[in-house]
Amino acid sequence: MKKRNPFLTTLFWIFISLLTLFPIYWLFVISVKPAVQLFSTPDLIVNNPYWGNYTEVLGNRLLRSYMVNSLVISTGNAVLCTVLGFFTCYALSRFQFRGKESIFFWTITNRMAPPAVFLLPLFLLMTQVYRVGDFTLLDTRIGMILVYCTFNLPFAIWTLRPTIDAIPRELDEAAYVDGASPWKVITEVVFPLCRPGLAVTLILTWVFAWNEYLLAATLTNFEARTLTTGLSEYVTTTGTEWGIMATISVFTLIPALIVFGLVQKHIVAGLTFGAVKG
Amino acid sequence: MQSNKLGWILLAPTLVILFFFGVLPFLYVVFVSFHQWNPFAASPEMIFNGAENFRRIVFDDAFLNSLGVTVAFVVFAVLSELIIGYLLAQAFMKEFPGKSIFRTIHTLPLIMAPIIVGSVWKLMTTPSIGIIPHYLDEWFGITMNIGTSAPAAFMTIVIMDIWHWTPLVTLTLIAALVSLPRDPFEQAQIDGANKVQTFWHITLPMIIPAVVATVFIRLMDALRTVDEVWMLTGGGPGSSTRFLGVHIFKEVFPKTNYGYGSTISVIVLYLTIVVCWLLYVSMLAPRKNRKG
Repeated sequence: MKKRNPFLTTLFWIFISLLTLFPIYWLFVISVKPAVQLFSTPDLIVNNPYWGNYTEVLGNRLLRSYMVNSLVISTGNAVLCTVLGFFTCYALSRFQFRGKESIFFWTITNRMAPPAVFLLPLFLLMTQVYRVGDFTLLDTRIGMILVYCTFNLPFAIWTLRPTIDAIPRELDEAAYVDGASPWKVITEVVFPLCRPGLAVTLILTWVFAWNEYLLAATLTNFEARTLTTGLSEYVTTTGTEWGIMATISVFTLIPALIVFGLVQKHIVAGLTFGAVKG
Repeated sequence: MQSNKLGWILLAPTLVILFFFGVLPFLYVVFVSFHQWNPFAASPEMIFNGAENFRRIVFDDAFLNSLGVTVAFVVFAVLSELIIGYLLAQAFMKEFPGKSIFRTIHTLPLIMAPIIVGSVWKLMTTPSIGIIPHYLDEWFGITMNIGTSAPAAFMTIVIMDIWHWTPLVTLTLIAALVSLPRDPFEQAQIDGANKVQTFWHITLPMIIPAVVATVFIRLMDALRTVDEVWMLTGGGPGSSTRFLGVHIFKEVFPKTNYGYGSTISVIVLYLTIVVCWLLYVSMLAPRKNRKG
């Protein structure tokens, strides 16, 4: 086994990679075909791509507003979760509380719960309880930003904890001795040292928020709908606009692919709650 | 050490958000689960009916079917992912050209949104536009229609899940295999152990903690699968791919069966907690052993 030709192994991996890539390639193929050609014999090679689906999606005001919502919600959520996760980890790392580890483990339970379980209570709480006068959190961007904290905030806390624990306390203490305020210590001593960890957290929480569907589908109606929910709107029992659906999928996929290269090494650690270093 | 007040100030926003969007919804769903409540039924009020919902769920065919489908899916998918993932991880242990590129490609599906995975596979398998049914028909004369055939829909979802999540298993097992000491393998070779014996008596016992952690993480994720199934089949045909998450969604929103839907939610949450607890215990166990 050990002596086997590395060429064969490469060939084997080329095959596996084709299996991985083909479905994504097929998505692209469908997105650059006009509707009339979809039902003919499947072509693997695109001869003259048809960009009509792309111009239609970009020209659709509703879909554009979904895109903006997706961008605002995932960016807002990622920033919020990273900042709060950073504060939380700093507090857990530098202060003594009773039940400190319990708080830490309790946060993760929020992430492990299946989102489907929280659909109804969140829906009811957001329509009836969390309200100020006529303003309810349902179907608002700020509402979705807060809802996504239930899975992204624990994630941020779990990925940032080792980073902050690794920064020697002596640095903080030296700064305090020099008369720095706690806020200064956090922003000017600890924060710069955490930057790489914070960047990874920011990117991964952003992708998770961008990718979310179920909660967005139930907790928004119109104003705050995201691109993933827009995708499902194009799938109906009577007639699906396959080209548009493929194109929206491509648009949803692109940001994830762009950041993929940056965080590739951290994805596995992220998805296993740090149990495995990728 | 500075005053704890600052610590609590830093913790407060996190605790407040998780309280309002994690704890309170949980308590609320438990509360509602003891009531009969359908706001669009003849009696729209919320009526306390004790454990009646929980009694009903035990005999509810729709729920039991959904539980059965979910368990079958989880077993099929996670087991296949484990076997394929292990073989791929082993194939990755050797040196060969382009290793890091293949690794990158292999990681790719992990970052994809489940709903996009669902949409990709819908485009692959829907009759008349999908490439898979087309060639199955042309080359083998097999008709595949995920819209009407329950086994086809179910198997498509299993294969989709394998495509999506095997990389995670592969990468965690690579991490485990890389960290193994070399000596026992050399010793086994000297003693003339064959491949199966080496795997069974040396590799497996040493990677068991990683395998267990991976299995439970996959179990947890598989239990919450909704988006891609919703996209691909919508739970159909019939209720053949109506997983627990899909079942809750359908019970709560189109049917507005709030009381009973909450009961299902509580039961599903309970099952997940059991799985998570096992995961937690199994992750802690090897650490304790190492210390002791």
